[in-house]
Amino acid sequence: MKRFLTGLQVAPRLGALALVLPLLAFVTLSFVVPLATLLGKSAYQPEVSQVFPDTMEALAGWDGEGLPPEAAFAAIAGELAQALEERSLPRVSGAINRVQSGMRGVLNRTARRLERTEFAGTWRDTLTGIHRDWQEPATWQAIRQAGARFTSRHYLQALDLERKEDGSIGLRPDESRVYTPLMWRTLLVSLGVTLLSLLIGYPIAYMIANSPPKRSRLLLLLVLVPFWTSLLVRTTAWIVLLQRQGVINGLLVSLGILPDDARLQMIYNMTGTFVAMTHVLLPFMVLPLYSVMRSIPSSHMPAAISLGASPLKAFRRVYLPQTMPGIGAGSLLVFILAIGYYITPALVGGRTGELISSQIAYHVQTSLNWGLAAALSSILLIAVTVLYLIYSRVIGVERMRLG
Amino acid sequence: MLNIFRPGASIPVRGFLGLILLAPAAAVSAESITVVSWGGSYARACEEAYHKAFTEETGIEVLLEDYNGGLAQIRAQVDAGAVHWDVVDLEMPDARLACDEGLIEVMDVADMPAGVNGEAPEDDYPAESVSECGAGMIFYSTVFAYNRKFLQGSPPESIADFFDLEKFPGRRGMRRSPLVNLEFALAADGVPLEEVYRVLDTPEGLSRAFRKLDTIKDQVVWWEAGAQPPQLLADGEVIMSTAYNGRIFNAQVLEDQPFVIVWDAQALDSGYLAIVAGTPRYEAARQFVLFANRPRSISNISKYISYGPVRVSARSLVDKHLETGTVMEPHMPTSPENLSRALELDWRWWSENRDEMYERFSAWLAR
Amino acid sequence: MRIMPGRRLGRYGFNAYCIAGFVFLLAPILVIVPLSFNAEPYFTFTEGMLRLDPEAWSLRWYNAILDDEAWSRALVNSLLIGVTATILATTLGTLAALGLASPSMPGRNLVTAVLISPMITPIIIVAVGVFFFYSSLGLAQTHAGLILAHAALGAPFVVITVTATLAGFDRTVMRAAASLGAGPLRRFFRIQLPLIAPGVFSGGLFAFAASFDEVVVVLFLGGLEQRTIPRQMWAGIREQISPAILALAVFLIAFAVLVLLTVEWLRNRSSSAQG
Repeated sequence: MKRFLTGLQVAPRLGALALVLPLLAFVTLSFVVPLATLLGKSAYQPEVSQVFPDTMEALAGWDGEGLPPEAAFAAIAGELAQALEERSLPRVSGAINRVQSGMRGVLNRTARRLERTEFAGTWRDTLTGIHRDWQEPATWQAIRQAGARFTSRHYLQALDLERKEDGSIGLRPDESRVYTPLMWRTLLVSLGVTLLSLLIGYPIAYMIANSPPKRSRLLLLLVLVPFWTSLLVRTTAWIVLLQRQGVINGLLVSLGILPDDARLQMIYNMTGTFVAMTHVLLPFMVLPLYSVMRSIPSSHMPAAISLGASPLKAFRRVYLPQTMPGIGAGSLLVFILAIGYYITPALVGGRTGELISSQIAYHVQTSLNWGLAAALSSILLIAVTVLYLIYSRVIGVERMRLG
Repeated sequence: MLNIFRPGASIPVRGFLGLILLAPAAAVSAESITVVSWGGSYARACEEAYHKAFTEETGIEVLLEDYNGGLAQIRAQVDAGAVHWDVVDLEMPDARLACDEGLIEVMDVADMPAGVNGEAPEDDYPAESVSECGAGMIFYSTVFAYNRKFLQGSPPESIADFFDLEKFPGRRGMRRSPLVNLEFALAADGVPLEEVYRVLDTPEGLSRAFRKLDTIKDQVVWWEAGAQPPQLLADGEVIMSTAYNGRIFNAQVLEDQPFVIVWDAQALDSGYLAIVAGTPRYEAARQFVLFANRPRSISNISKYISYGPVRVSARSLVDKHLETGTVMEPHMPTSPENLSRALELDWRWWSENRDEMYERFSAWLAR
Repeated sequence: MRIMPGRRLGRYGFNAYCIAGFVFLLAPILVIVPLSFNAEPYFTFTEGMLRLDPEAWSLRWYNAILDDEAWSRALVNSLLIGVTATILATTLGTLAALGLASPSMPGRNLVTAVLISPMITPIIIVAVGVFFFYSSLGLAQTHAGLILAHAALGAPFVVITVTATLAGFDRTVMRAAASLGAGPLRRFFRIQLPLIAPGVFSGGLFAFAASFDEVVVVLFLGGLEQRTIPRQMWAGIREQISPAILALAVFLIAFAVLVLLTVEWLRNRSSSAQG
């Protein structure tokens, strides 16, 4: 410590760096490296080539037309038996199966029967005798593709693209597109939530900024209470309010506005996601708006009006332009947070209110397709990084304020 | 309350001290194992039925963790060589896959405890439930159920009714998984129960199942944890829901919920207690699994929830629900009457096709 | 004068609109409080509650929370992880902010971006990334793993708040002290630290709140032994929202108000300290 601070005097650059370095190292190790590893998983897939090294070597010279040489048949027979014994087979057959469905069965069955099958003179005949798919070039192409250490497959899948027979890249057929529609939905929901927050938040911020000091502080506290309240508490609150037997439906039924059997479906769908997310993110809109509005002299609007402008025109021409930095900051902040939201949509969104984050969680926890999860993550991360760059260019990170 | 240095400080506190003083991994004492199960009333039933007795007999503490199925956690732990879960209660298709992948330690059926009258264990399990990966422990079933409070009038009676939005308008609860749902869809579409997997094995049959699911897709609330469907039914959030039969039973007898189970096309599966490969507490875990597979332990489960033993000799021990005195037999998925309309889950088919089905299902769901 | 009624109407309309906005913000939180005293396991106001019948109100859900060992264990976990992560984040974050504030800091923008990055990265990506990486190091399902992840998530808050405090810090004071013969350590602890203390403290509070409310990383990285309050709540919401969750929510709302008032108090102090 002493050295750091003395350093401040002697060599200011080094001193400053030395102060920053511990956190920089910490964040790099505990955060940046894990993230980089995750992104690596999206393109790097060593499993198959580790378990089938000889097969991959034998396939290296194969032109992809017709069947590969006998050496490839011999290599895979040996390596299948070994993989079965070492129990690495299912993971590999799972990886190859993702390239071409049905391969899991081919590989597992072949490996199990190899031991009991008599050698038929060539490995090619032996394997084909066990499963006729070994005669198909497609089988070998799948193995070769899955065995490549580096792959663009996960990115193609994440963007709903596929490699056509002729090698060109094109869109998947309409009914098997999954992720691009979901990305659009995520984008639209984030935009919608941002817009809704702006519509609700702008007047609120205006009111706080233009009230007498005492009332202003009180109103600000009213925004800060939800800001500090646990996310899960707020999400629970919306479940309590919105569900079929919840407070709002109960109120409407007891007031006779709704018949008991026509309760509104406001949760486990897009409505739930929209309402709860807007509520959670609203303070992030109000606070930057407020801090900008506070610095605008309250005499500007009356001055413009006294010069003959209508209140609407005065607002549009005089006030609104001055609040643009606040609008920009709040909107970007809300948008960045919304685009990666997980908890709230997962709890109140149901199937139709689900965002891209749920698919990432799904592929990590359930489908075990980690490469795809990594590819989806990196696409999301790129989007957020671009937004962040805009944010720091337009608004400046140092102006980011909290609470 | 937060006296960290108190000798009897709770486990997390000890874990924290361990973290500061020693290596991060030494959080759990040697005399405890982590058992991962399905939460809610089922986990409580197992606790009462044999966890406590196990701790009493061996002194090994059982820490109970919840999950909703799947192999990702186990796979990550085994891959990293840092196993924290010792014993996991797996669905049969997952158990089979985990066994193939070497994620679990295989227990030979012959090593299991003897039957009630000293039967050799290999003779005490029905042949079709035994594989080289071991045998299932309890039978449970996925059924569909409704709440009489919200569904009056003529009740649904068949799986076709579950898919019939005209006769029974309203939302349905279904598990967020292709497992069982594909079978239900085909059965509702008129495929005889014994032919479901033959049809499902063809591309046309599979599309047919998804087309049938399409017809109710917009009306489905997807659940993940077994404790959710009773809650969805009680809240009237759905008009009917697929559910594990034991959860519905417990809500019926313990909470007096007017739930009704429809046994048509009940999907019968067995649960499997697996030891995670490479656990440093293998001996304790093995002791636990052997203890759990004693006829008395398994049959004890049926004192708390309507799940029954796979072992033949243990079935004679099934009697009454402990708290309410309800005779259990008619509520068991294996009672002759309920069994007459059962669809036996084909775990061989599922372990071969698991990945494709999950992928296709998630793609279908996301659209 | 004809314009006035319209304008007044406009003003009323505007006020009504704003009030509706405040209601939207606060009503959900306020509704939870009375419902947590419901004697029945429902989420609607029963007739008895509306009649203020004492029978319809009860503390049973509060007792349920206080009696359940799972919740007290979760609290211990939340506090252990939160406090340790906060100490780590605050120490490193304050030092870094001091460095960043120095006019001669090289590559300030890039370094700031890296240090702030945990805060703007979507939490799901953070969770998945640390899950894979920490698993391979044997840090999954340990308190240490969660503390490291939470400290990284909390550090940006400290950097930002301390940087903001330093922006109002008059460097001539330090120079004056130096000319009077005070050494650098002495200058730091006697002059700089007291002045930036409110910023450090409120940054630490932000870091603690971030950890105390964090659930996604815990979901992926934590195990049974690391169950925190939000993780326990997540399980409760997913499986069964009993009013016991609402009772806990009321505790957390009270906690939020307490934190909020502390931050406000600190801010007032720091602004008056800087004139």
